[in-house]
Amino acid sequence: MSRTTDFPRSPAEGIAAGRLPPEAYAEAFADLHPPLTRHEALVEADRCYFCYEAPCQKACPTSIDIPLFIRQITAENDIGAAETILRANIFGGMCARVCPTETLCEEACVREYAEGKAVKIGLLQRHATDALMATGRQPFTRAPATGRHVAVVGAGPAGLSCAHRLAMLGHLVTVYEAKTKPGGLNEFGIAAYKTPENFAQREVDFILSIGGIEIKFGQELGRDIDLAGLRRQNDAVFLGLGLAGVNKLGLDGAPSGVADAVEYIAELRQAPDLSRLPVGRRVVVVGGGMTAIDAAVQSKLLGAEEVTIVYRGAPDQMKASEYEQELAQTTGVLIRHRATPKALNGADGRLTGITFERTRDTGGRPERTGETFTLDADMVLTAIGQKLVADAFGGIEVLALDGGRIAVDTERRTSLSGVWAGGDCVAGGSDLTVSAVEDGKQAALSIDRALGMAKAA
Amino acid sequence: MVDLRTEFLGIKSPNPFWLASAPPTDRETNVVRALKAGWGGVVWKTLGEDPHIINVNGARYGAIHGPDRRLLGFNNIELITDRPLDINLQEIKKVKRDWPDRAIVVSLMVPCEESNWKNILARVEETEADGIELNFGCPHGMSERGMGSAVGQVPEYIEMVARWCKAHTRMPVIVKLTPNITDIRYPARAARKGGADAVSLINTISSIMGVDLDRMAPSPHVDGKGTHGGYCGPAVKPIALCMVAEIARDRETSGLPISAIGGITTWRDAAEFIAMGAGTVQVCTAAMTYGFKIIDEMISGLKTWMLAKGYETIEDFRGRAVGNVTDWQYLNLNYVVKARIDQDLCIKCGRCHIVCEDTSHQAIATVVNGKRQFVVKDEECVGCNLCVEVCPVEDCITLVPLTEGVDPRTGEPIRSGYANWTTHPNNPMRVAAAE
Repeated sequence: MSRTTDFPRSPAEGIAAGRLPPEAYAEAFADLHPPLTRHEALVEADRCYFCYEAPCQKACPTSIDIPLFIRQITAENDIGAAETILRANIFGGMCARVCPTETLCEEACVREYAEGKAVKIGLLQRHATDALMATGRQPFTRAPATGRHVAVVGAGPAGLSCAHRLAMLGHLVTVYEAKTKPGGLNEFGIAAYKTPENFAQREVDFILSIGGIEIKFGQELGRDIDLAGLRRQNDAVFLGLGLAGVNKLGLDGAPSGVADAVEYIAELRQAPDLSRLPVGRRVVVVGGGMTAIDAAVQSKLLGAEEVTIVYRGAPDQMKASEYEQELAQTTGVLIRHRATPKALNGADGRLTGITFERTRDTGGRPERTGETFTLDADMVLTAIGQKLVADAFGGIEVLALDGGRIAVDTERRTSLSGVWAGGDCVAGGSDLTVSAVEDGKQAALSIDRALGMAKAA
Repeated sequence: MVDLRTEFLGIKSPNPFWLASAPPTDRETNVVRALKAGWGGVVWKTLGEDPHIINVNGARYGAIHGPDRRLLGFNNIELITDRPLDINLQEIKKVKRDWPDRAIVVSLMVPCEESNWKNILARVEETEADGIELNFGCPHGMSERGMGSAVGQVPEYIEMVARWCKAHTRMPVIVKLTPNITDIRYPARAARKGGADAVSLINTISSIMGVDLDRMAPSPHVDGKGTHGGYCGPAVKPIALCMVAEIARDRETSGLPISAIGGITTWRDAAEFIAMGAGTVQVCTAAMTYGFKIIDEMISGLKTWMLAKGYETIEDFRGRAVGNVTDWQYLNLNYVVKARIDQDLCIKCGRCHIVCEDTSHQAIATVVNGKRQFVVKDEECVGCNLCVEVCPVEDCITLVPLTEGVDPRTGEPIRSGYANWTTHPNNPMRVAAAE
């Protein structure tokens, strides 16, 4: 990691802004993986064997033709390479930055198998997509207008992937977004150092430049719009709702200093000046997923002196990838396992610490042992899971659910005719950006087939 | 104990590695640096008559690179020496005096008149240089003026000039051949007929390195125009090896000493040329790519290999490969091999399969028992070696000879004897098999 995190820090007690020297923030939050230079890209691309029915392509949820795009890079055709990528995955730029490639394409790479050093597919993908985005050109065009209209709920990766593909197929799309900005988790959720320089918004602008897509902001399903109305007014509806609800700690008392990690990350991502964003001196993050890692690492980068992640289970049960755990540790975050929150401690309404109860492995849900310990903390961030807000569409009476999320078939059709869904809100997914993009694309293709058949009938 | 000392036409050098006549041997400064670095000898950059030629003031060199800028092929349009004859001769004399144990050979190129050659030979002799090399190879610039490869492409001229040189000097005469010709044996035979003591080859191959698609001009260019240059470097080694082999095994030139040139980059390249009959090897592009220090690797590598093989001098293995170069018609048609894929080494990239499937004999299966696995189908495999060459893993795929039973592809029994095309029933020109 090239970033420096070793800055002088303000030891102010409690939650305070400006813990680092003003000039340090840019460096602390700089690009986690700086782009390859042209020469580095050529050398790395040459490592690709151009495999037959390449395992990397099979491992990619969006089935990007990886050998082809890498070969295009070796032939100094970066723009062609980007088109190969984006044809399969219109969020190829973001996926190059946030995909856990070590468990997807790069894990499948025959070079990983042969020598433990996969081709750096993610960085090559970024190299190509950056080249195309720098041209400002949209490589795809819209088919002749079909006269059909599709409503997409949610302007995150699933929704915009669906919208872009529908636009390519000649349909008109209206996207309804509850927030005032598009991008979904790309804009509000992903750690800042993975997508600096406002990349999420630039990518959305790029995707929308195909035309035929209108976004209406401040439109929340169940509040400003409803599913029945959308079905009446459109030929099809796609739900890319994400997981709008968060799980709570369920402990008594709410001293100030306890916050939800998702909200804190969103605040950080939207902060115009990170030096004015308050962070605790001692931060405890509760959880074991990517959100916990992102919250902990960014707290540390903001200048928190001590940051501890506490996870209730064993290390191998953490949802955060090994790579992400290592990133947290090398940034100076301490990860403690097998402990679950028992009490929030406060004085004068302000948080002073959090008490945990140790757990032991049982094979299933960790079991409490009765033994406790307390960590001093002036800030606790909870990252213990997000959930679907099914009330937005009328609950299980309207759409069949599976494990608390919307049930869909392989074409991403819900139980309700004319309604498709994808991304984190559907069951059976992996909660990855790349899967959401694939959901949106597959739903768009399915919608197109359905509308074609309806027309023919 | 390994001894790399070489004697070639009576010219002694501490090792067989000479620098070829080229930019690295243009002047005393460079040559002395090379000799200090350990090179066995040099062929001084070609001398011509005064007034000396001039070079272009733009790019003289071009290259083809691998992805990590590894230089694979090289090209030049530099002409012969662009310094006065006197200066060169003075420097040669001084270097030879200071480095008596090294081979100092002088490359020459003058117009095709006996008096011109006679005059320059007399002056070179005064330097006490060890020998001369007649530059009949340079394919660019000088050839437009009736010299260099313009001579090397006409065997009668080669013979004529070689004869003049033998008549007018006591120095050994090496004729440097151009590869820009259909059959290298003709100029080599002409050189021998003219009395030349040896040939050296190959000189560079006429080449245009690329087209600049923005300028729509050759690259590199000189003020927007380009001309063909001479191609050399690692990419030309196979061509040079073939030509050396042809001369080494030709009845009329067999035994003619050869100084081999062409893409020699490491000790192994040198050993291969020596095994193909060369008495010394000449290097240029490798030095121009990495500097003179590469001689350390070449000497050390050759010695280590010779020690392992039990060779004491290069004469112990020189020419050993020549007898195994033959004509296609004499290859043993009873020799049947099948590709074998080592499943422990295979990384399952599938390249062997797709190239065989698309461009050869559909002889490699992709799935065995429902798993991605690449296995040769003996009933289709012709043993062509394509899969071996495209496999990224060394020694993962090998060709294994069948020694008994039936070839599942042809249904023919494996025969133990030797049989070639000359007696094959499908050959309309066949001769009766020897009893």
